[in-house]
Amino acid sequence: MTKVLWTQQMIISTNINGKLVEKSVEPRKLLSDFIREDCGLTGTHVGCEHGVCGACTVLVDGTAVRSCLMFAVQADGAEIKTVEGLKQEKNGPPLQDAFSECHGLQCGFCTPGILMSSLEFLETNPNPCTKDITEMLSGHLCRCTGYKGMIEAIHKVSNKNL
Amino acid sequence: MKPATFDYYRPDSVVEALQLLEEYGDEGKLLAGGQSFIPILNMRMSEPESLIDINHLKELDYIKEEDGYLKIGAVTRQSKLEKSPLVKKLVPILVEATSFIGHIQTRNRGTVGGSVVHADPSAELPLTLLTLDAKVTIKSMDEEREANLRDFFITYLTTEIMPSELLTEIQIPLQHMSNGYAFEEFSRRHGDFALVAVACLLDVDEVGTVTSGRLAVGGIDAVPVLAEDAMDLLIGKKLSESLLQTVGEKVVEDAEPDDDLHASKEYRLNLAKVLIKRAIQKAYGRAVKRGDSL
Repeated sequence: MTKVLWTQQMIISTNINGKLVEKSVEPRKLLSDFIREDCGLTGTHVGCEHGVCGACTVLVDGTAVRSCLMFAVQADGAEIKTVEGLKQEKNGPPLQDAFSECHGLQCGFCTPGILMSSLEFLETNPNPCTKDITEMLSGHLCRCTGYKGMIEAIHKVSNKNL
Repeated sequence: MKPATFDYYRPDSVVEALQLLEEYGDEGKLLAGGQSFIPILNMRMSEPESLIDINHLKELDYIKEEDGYLKIGAVTRQSKLEKSPLVKKLVPILVEATSFIGHIQTRNRGTVGGSVVHADPSAELPLTLLTLDAKVTIKSMDEEREANLRDFFITYLTTEIMPSELLTEIQIPLQHMSNGYAFEEFSRRHGDFALVAVACLLDVDEVGTVTSGRLAVGGIDAVPVLAEDAMDLLIGKKLSESLLQTVGEKVVEDAEPDDDLHASKEYRLNLAKVLIKRAIQKAYGRAVKRGDSL
C-alpha cells in the first residue's frame, strides 16, 4: 500500500516519451500540471481543467485520457506519451503533415490533444469511416476550424496506411 | 481550478481498501476513474481529507459469465465494457448505452462501479443496469452484502452505500434476457449529460404480442425511474399509437424533473414521452426481428 500525507511528497517514476522521469510531487498535483510545470513539456495544453475541452489529452499506457482528470501520483509506473513524443510514432509525422495540409488547425490550442487522440484512434481503427472520426473528435473542442479539416487529415493518414 | 490538499492512499488489495475505508471512510472518498469526481475536486465542490485510490485493485477489473449472471468488477473501465465481445453477445443494450457516456477519452478512464455509486440521475449505466434488474455486491470489513439496484438509489448522487463500504461487483441476471432492447437519449451535444435517457427491454410471442417489458427513464427525477406499472399495460397487447401514448403518460405521471438552464420541467416531461415511445418501438422491432430469425 502507498500512503502519502498532504504535507508530504511522493517520488513517482514514469516513462514520458521514452525517457524515464523520476520526480517528487505532492498528491494534489494534476498530471497535466506535472507534465507542464515539473517536466517542462508545455506542448500539452490546459483548457478547462474539468475534462470538457480535451486540450490536455495525452496517452497513458497507450490510451487517450484527459491529463487534468488524473493526479500525477496515479501515473506512477505508467508510460506517458505527449505531443512532444509524436515524432517517435509511426503515424506521428504523417498526422502532423496532414493536419497542416488540410487546414486541420488554426490557433493550435486544441491541436496537441487532438493529435494524441487521433494517434490512439488510428492504432485501433486503421481504416475509419467519417462517423467514427467524428465520434472520436467529439471529445475535443475546437473553436477555429469547424473540424472538417481534421476529419480530412485523419482520412488522409488512414488512406496512406492502406 | 486546483484541488485542495488531501492525504493519498493507494491500496493494492480489496482487503487493504476496506481497512482504509474503516479507518478514514467518514472523512475520505474513494477515487475510481475520477471522470466525474476529479472535476468536483478541481472546482473545490468537495474537499475530502483523504483519497483512497482503487485504480490498482486489479482483482476488481473483470467481465465474466458465471452462474447465470454477467459479472462485472467495479473498477472495469467503461471502454472495456463497450468493446467486450461477451457483453455484446449477452447484454447488447449495455454496449449501446455505454457509447453515450461522455467521450472515448473519458470512457478510457471512467469505471462501471464508479458510475453506479456516483448515481447521477441522468447517467447511462445506473439507468440501464436498473432496467436489467442488476444487483451489486457491497463489502465492508464486517460483512459482504448484496443490494438490488431498485433499492440502491436514494436521491441525487446518493445511494445506500455507507462510508465504510466498497461496491465490488455488478451482477446482471441472464436467465430471461430479452430479445428486444433499445437505448434512447437526447442531449444538447453528443457526449453531454443527457437531458432525458430511456432504456427498454422487451419480448414478444410469435404473433407479435408483448410478453414482457422493462423500462427505466433517467433525467426526470432525483433517481432513475423504473416504470413497472406502465409497462404492464403493454403485456398481452400489440403496439398501437394510443397504447404508446398511454404508457408514456403513465411513466411520467409521478415524475418531478428539475427546471434548469438546459431544459424546463415541461420540456423534460415531453421529451421523456417522445423517447419512451421511440425506445419501445425500437425494442419491439428488434424483438420481432429476432423472433423471426430464430
